[in-house]
Amino acid sequence: MNPRREQKIAAGVLWFFVLVTVFILLFMIFFILRKGLPVLSLSFLARNPVDMGRAGGIFSTIIGTIVLTLAAILIATPLGVGTAIYLTEYTWENRLTRVIRFGAECLAGIPSIIFGLFGFILFVTKLGFGWSILSGSLTLSFMLLPTIIRTSEEAIRSVPKDFREVSFSLGSTRWQMVTRVILPSALPGIVTGIILSVGRAIGETAAVIFTAGSALNLPTSVFSSSRTMSVHFYILAREGISLDNAYGTAAVLIIAILGINILTYSLMNKYIRKFQ
Amino acid sequence: MNKLDRNERLVKLALLVLAFSAVAVLAVITVFIFSEGTPIMFRHGLGKFLFGSDWYPSENSFGLLPMIVGSLFVTFGALVIGVPLGLACAIFLTEFSSPRLRRVLKPVIELLAGIPSVVYGFIGVVILVPFIRTTLGGPGLSVLAASIILGIMILPTIISISIDSLQAVPRSYREGSIALGTTRWQTTRMVMVPAARSGIIASIVLGMGRAIGETMAVIMVAGNAVAIPGSPLSPVRTLTSNIALEMGYASGEHRQALFATGVILFIIIMILNTIATASSRRKGGKGKNSR
Repeated sequence: MNPRREQKIAAGVLWFFVLVTVFILLFMIFFILRKGLPVLSLSFLARNPVDMGRAGGIFSTIIGTIVLTLAAILIATPLGVGTAIYLTEYTWENRLTRVIRFGAECLAGIPSIIFGLFGFILFVTKLGFGWSILSGSLTLSFMLLPTIIRTSEEAIRSVPKDFREVSFSLGSTRWQMVTRVILPSALPGIVTGIILSVGRAIGETAAVIFTAGSALNLPTSVFSSSRTMSVHFYILAREGISLDNAYGTAAVLIIAILGINILTYSLMNKYIRKFQ
Repeated sequence: MNKLDRNERLVKLALLVLAFSAVAVLAVITVFIFSEGTPIMFRHGLGKFLFGSDWYPSENSFGLLPMIVGSLFVTFGALVIGVPLGLACAIFLTEFSSPRLRRVLKPVIELLAGIPSVVYGFIGVVILVPFIRTTLGGPGLSVLAASIILGIMILPTIISISIDSLQAVPRSYREGSIALGTTRWQTTRMVMVPAARSGIIASIVLGMGRAIGETMAVIMVAGNAVAIPGSPLSPVRTLTSNIALEMGYASGEHRQALFATGVILFIIIMILNTIATASSRRKGGKGKNSR
């Protein structure tokens, strides 16, 4: 075949596939928003679910989502950023770092249901935390760890070498260099990773439903069971409790995810510009 | 100065401990899943577990074959849909699109990764399943529905890793090829894709891992009947759904059998992870292809 014609056909086919992908994505978002936005109102957001979610709003599930996500982030961030600092500033590539990296990569590939099983057996039953915010956030934090390690490592690595050299030449110790030069410069990148993890935590269902449970009341302590928006949405849809409220919850989820992605993207752009 | 030195050493030690968190978590998960799941496998016989097709928890009969086959079917289906779409997007974004268009398209496509799996499942239930039921027949909740939903869900994995590996190909390859008078497509087909091959394979393997491990979306669209599916339109139950569906009320041996399901899933995922890591470490076959 004429190479020029082949080129045209190939470009056309690729374009078509890209359009299909973008169409699927936009269709899903618009579909959920179109069905869900009419359900949304201030009282939907501010009232607790009534009658298993048949009536009322989703307030307690919003709080459940926020508390669980925050706690998971608070646990995972020091672990992840610490790992990243160690890998980039305190060692060189050797067998040990390969083991650590392989561990993180494997962890990233483990399905959420396995995390759920594990959290259930260790935190809920063996340690006796029960279905609780504590069990849920510990499990979630383990899931988020690989993402935070990877993004923090990338952020720290992209800080120019001169920064380190100047800091050392001023007589700083390594730790001073890390805390006063590296971390501030890498902060936007690290924050981007954290926000990305927030997005993942909000959407997670399988790991959360078996560890945090699905209680509908407002949590009163770390030992209370709590239902997140994703779990609520899953239960509403799967058990056919209320399709309207399911759409409403999904719309809130989608809006949160959209917001998080836009925030991450704008942060990332700012960050990339900074070092160019 | 001495105090600073001591602090430095303490900091280094503390960071080393933190750095082992991921490995430690992985180890603890492995230990717990295996210690809960393996005893029952050996008690009932490994062969019966893996190749038995009767799953009647109330009668202590635990055959996982339908679920293993089910997982393989939907994963294969997901690849049939996800690989062409994903590779096309990756190739388009790196080789064919203008930088301006890429800046718009890439974040849009990355959004796919952010959408919660329950939302995918829900869209599958309210749109895809009725569509399959009315146009192709059958219950709608089927291998086909699960494959399509999973195929879309693995797109971000395939696209982002393939893009990374295509971009890691040295510029000189592309320039050399263009200088020989090839079209862009010839360069892509004969130079770029072969050079990025191992990264692309890694992306597909990781996509497979995601498809096998996905739970909530599959539960919602797959129908979950315990039987080896006879056609793409039959309902199917995967390993993951088997765990999630029955975990809520299982106890005793039944619960252990669910953990055993987890063990099999875990082993499959670990094998896939190892293949992906090994493949991406081979670094685009620089030695072989540059000669």
